[in-house]
Amino acid sequence: MNWEILGIWLGAGLTLCLYSFLYRDNPFYKFAEHLFVGMSAAYWVIYSIENVLIPNWWQQMFPAGGGFNWVWIFPGIFALFMLARIIPKTAGLSRMALGMIIGTGAGLNMVSFFQTNAMAQVKGTIISVSSGGVWIIFSNILLVVGVVTGLVYFFFSKAHTGIVGKTANVGITILMIAFGASFGYTIMARISLLIGRCQFLLEDWLPTIPRLLGLGG
Amino acid sequence: MKNLSAFLIILLLISAGAALADNADPPESVVTEAVEELEVRRAIDLEASDTPEDEGGSVSLTWLMETEGVTPDSLGVMRSDPFGGEEHITTLPVGTVMYRDQSANNGTEYNYWVVSYLGGTIEACSDRAVAISSAQWIYRGRIGMLIILFLIMAVIIYYIEIGKRGKELFIREIAGLTAVDDAVGRATEMGKPVLFIPGIMDMDNIQTIASIVILGRVARKTAEYGSPLLVPTCRSVVMSVAQEIVKEGYLQAGRSDAYNKENIQYLTDDQFGYAAGVDGIMVREKPAAIFLLGCFYAESLILAETGRSVGAIQIAGTAMPSQIPFFVAACDYTLIGEELFAASAYLSREPKLLGSLKGQDAGKLFFLILIIVGVIAASIGDFWSPMKSVAEFLRNLVTVN
Repeated sequence: MNWEILGIWLGAGLTLCLYSFLYRDNPFYKFAEHLFVGMSAAYWVIYSIENVLIPNWWQQMFPAGGGFNWVWIFPGIFALFMLARIIPKTAGLSRMALGMIIGTGAGLNMVSFFQTNAMAQVKGTIISVSSGGVWIIFSNILLVVGVVTGLVYFFFSKAHTGIVGKTANVGITILMIAFGASFGYTIMARISLLIGRCQFLLEDWLPTIPRLLGLGG
Repeated sequence: MKNLSAFLIILLLISAGAALADNADPPESVVTEAVEELEVRRAIDLEASDTPEDEGGSVSLTWLMETEGVTPDSLGVMRSDPFGGEEHITTLPVGTVMYRDQSANNGTEYNYWVVSYLGGTIEACSDRAVAISSAQWIYRGRIGMLIILFLIMAVIIYYIEIGKRGKELFIREIAGLTAVDDAVGRATEMGKPVLFIPGIMDMDNIQTIASIVILGRVARKTAEYGSPLLVPTCRSVVMSVAQEIVKEGYLQAGRSDAYNKENIQYLTDDQFGYAAGVDGIMVREKPAAIFLLGCFYAESLILAETGRSVGAIQIAGTAMPSQIPFFVAACDYTLIGEELFAASAYLSREPKLLGSLKGQDAGKLFFLILIIVGVIAASIGDFWSPMKSVAEFLRNLVTVN
């Protein structure tokens, strides 16, 4: 059996099954969808065990050099709390683990978000708008106006009326122009993905049909 | 004749002895020249010190290289601990004059020295330097950020307290959020379910947290109106949290009997596997209202377009700049960036959340003023130098090293 051809046919078949959704929901799409969801769920279970549970917990608790790090018992207990949801009477324990996850996530992200999304942006905006060439001055003015008016748009304590409303309108207009550029840029990337799939069907899969029918090629 | 022969033999012996003596004891100048040729440049002025303002476990080494002598092939950093153990830590290219040992144990006194390798053997060795690694509590490079964060936190607490005392805190209208109740009402009238998609990231993502808070409000509304609420999730932890939140919403609405945890499902962690699964749910269940709130990546347009094709009213929101355009194009209402985070306060009207939002607004106002003053100072600074230092001061204030 030629495994390579089998793989190509499997890939092409599933690609066509998924593309059939463009027409309407149908049994072929359902089959591909369920296969995809089921296989990826199973894959991620194994991936989590191999790449998270074993190296980040088990091997930390029982290091390769021997010994036992008892501190790592606590994450294990919290993990068991999550599984406690299976039994209705103990389901409340999972809230402790969930609280730990959400609190830690929010706390850790606060510093990095504030640093990258606020401080670095402010620093990058404190620039001169009076030196350099004409285009540099224009770019700098555009940057400062965009940031200031954008900030005004995201100011929730004041109604968008009067001068605040007009400034916010400038801000959202600049944002929409940026979104439009981003939209076009991303669509181009998606088109290249479509081209890749079409190339696979036309160049890899299609030539195998005459070979299977014994017509050479 | 015999005497002559004996004289010649003695003369030869003396000459041979003199020649041998010449080989064994060369002139002093020749010896010095040979030794100088063999000398390899070594590291000098080696200094070892605890790396400042870190979490410990690190020692910083600096040294200079002798300028005279043969250039070594490479340098080696050596270390010994009080228990006598000597180890080679790393090999460095010639020209390196600093190294940070990240494998030190806090509180252990280490002896460091730098060796010069030539032809694979150690040809020269520096003097030794001693250092003990330790952890520090404060990292001064972030003090500016700490002060600003404390100020914002103080303002947030101030507004929360004001809110708790019953003073009304004004929040402007956010278009997408006023449509939440309409969307749920529409689903009820049509007898179709509401679909809530909380993004594809885990619970440690701020956007997912914001999304889950809005889910609580949506769950309460669907419970009041009696519409089924479907929540397919991409992460198992998100599913658990969503189940808790929805259950709470149904309890608050006094409809705990209507809560069905089977409607909150985990599909798969895989991004496009999840997108395929949600698309399937959309075309089969045909929800009348779809909420796409949270962190999305490339699957955003796939989901939004499918939702549009089934005729659902769609309210989307994300802080991912690259995905907002797709939601703007394919959804009826889009919460842009921070509007997603403001949504929970807007919908719940809880003093804590409203106070937090007002405090954040104060932070934005602070940065707005900082930018305007900074830009004016930097621009005038091009012509009048004292203002340049003002702009530099403001830049340093928001600099995190």
